[in-house]
Amino acid sequence: MDLSLSTRTVGDRTIVDVGGEIDVYTAPKLREQLVELVNDGNFHLVVDMERVEFLDSTGLGVLVGGLKRVRAHEGSLRLVCNQERILKIFRITGLTKVFPIHNSVDEAVAATD
Amino acid sequence: MATVELRFSALPEHVRTARLVAAAVARRAGVDEAVLDEVRLAVGEACSRAVGLHRSGGLESPVRVALIEDEKAFSIEVGDDASAASGRVPGARDTEAPARAEAADADSDMGLAVISGLVDDVEVTADERGGLIRMSWPTTTAAVLP
Repeated sequence: MDLSLSTRTVGDRTIVDVGGEIDVYTAPKLREQLVELVNDGNFHLVVDMERVEFLDSTGLGVLVGGLKRVRAHEGSLRLVCNQERILKIFRITGLTKVFPIHNSVDEAVAATD
Repeated sequence: MATVELRFSALPEHVRTARLVAAAVARRAGVDEAVLDEVRLAVGEACSRAVGLHRSGGLESPVRVALIEDEKAFSIEVGDDASAASGRVPGARDTEAPARAEAADADSDMGLAVISGLVDDVEVTADERGGLIRMSWPTTTAAVLP
C-alpha cells in the first residue's frame, strides 16, 4: 500500500494524518508535506500515525528533519501512535526521548509542555 | 543455491517488493508470525541501504538478496557492489559527490543501527565485490526442539 497524507487544523495545531507505508520510496512525499507546512507558517504539528502500516529508518529521518524545522521556529512536532510494531522502532533508535508520543490526537492537541 | 534469490535495480520503489517476498518466504520457512515484522523491517533496511549506496556511487548493477532456508534457521543476505565502485569501504565518503554521499551515509548508518537493534544474529562484511549483510532467525520447528 502506498502512502496517504491529509492535513487539517485544530486550533493552532496542524494535524497530519498519515496512512500506509513510510519507506525509502514514499518518505520523500512526507518530507515535502512537512516542509510545505512549515514554509506556510504551520509550526505546531501533530503527526497521526495510527493508520501507518510500515515505518523504516528513512521515515524516522524525515520525522527528525520535520522536528528540526519546527524547532527553528519555536514550534513543536508531536506524534500519535499506539501500535506496538511502530513504537518499537522509535525505542530501538532512542527516538522515544526525542518525540513526544501521544495516545490520541485529542491528547496531543491538548499537550502544552 | 539459496531457496529464493532476488536481484533488483537499485531503485527505492523495488524495496517494498523485496520486503514482501522476504516475508512470504520467511513465513513458509517457519519463522514465527510475531517475528515476521522484524524480518520485513530488517530486510527493508538492508535493501534501502544497498539502494542508497548504489545510487550515491552511480552503480548500475542490481542489489542482490538471497533468502536461505535450512533446518534450523532462515537467513537473508543482502549484497551491494559499493566497494567495487571506488574502493570505498562501507561508510566511507565518495569524493565525487560528497554531499550526496554524506546524506546516503547518514541514512545507511541509521539503517544499520535499526538492523543491529532488531536482529540478534547479524553479520556485516565487505569484500572486493561489495558489502554483505547476513541476518538469521530461528524457525519455529528449531525453536521447539530441545
